[in-house]
Amino acid sequence: MKVKILYFAGLREQLGSPGEDLEVAPVATVASLRTVLMGRGGVWQTALAQGRALRVAVNQEMAQPTTPIKPGDEVAFFPPVTGG
Amino acid sequence: MPVRIQVQDFDAGAEIAALRARNPKVGAVASFIGVCRDANDGDVVRNMTLEHYPGMTEKALEQIVAEAASRWDVIDVLVVHRVGELRPTDQIVLVAVAGAHRGEAFAACEFIMDYLKTRAPFWKKEETPRGSRWVEARESDDTAAGRWEKRNADAA
Repeated sequence: MKVKILYFAGLREQLGSPGEDLEVAPVATVASLRTVLMGRGGVWQTALAQGRALRVAVNQEMAQPTTPIKPGDEVAFFPPVTGG
Repeated sequence: MPVRIQVQDFDAGAEIAALRARNPKVGAVASFIGVCRDANDGDVVRNMTLEHYPGMTEKALEQIVAEAASRWDVIDVLVVHRVGELRPTDQIVLVAVAGAHRGEAFAACEFIMDYLKTRAPFWKKEETPRGSRWVEARESDDTAAGRWEKRNADAA
């Protein structure tokens, strides 16, 4: 299935990518998509490692590791927010 | 209850005057302005860049304002948040809450800022003499936002 992925702030710089349209084998949840991306190894593995404090939004709503992902969804990965 | 993201500066006086003028039932306006400091974590800050997640930012702010309006009897709310390059002494954010009385306006204004700090997708990058760095989220901000959950639980 196809998903649109976005990366922001320090994570975007670390990965060297603002995002991508990705064709992935059906993945059920945010956690499984993160595992797929980590499977690329190298910086992907370290930047998305479980110990790293990351937030995820699905279709522009804050999500949890268990949040389901459907074809066509927009999934964003980013560090904890620091506005205001 | 408008929410705006913009590069340009804002005139807090004019914004608040407009908020008051829209409704004669307003008896109190509480406002907060966040400002760019020249120091953070022991380093001089020369300037900062604010990045955000277009689309989600507006939605997140609208949800925070709606949540505030459901908890307190507010008449109108304005949130203006700047993005892009900012320098020390520049204004970053304005939250203004108009209500009939001060108690609700103060509480809703503080709540909106606490939730904005932990839920709205903005990120600050600081330029210091030692190079540039992304600002780390503070635990104290989570604690501040958490107080509102606790108060809610206590009241229940």
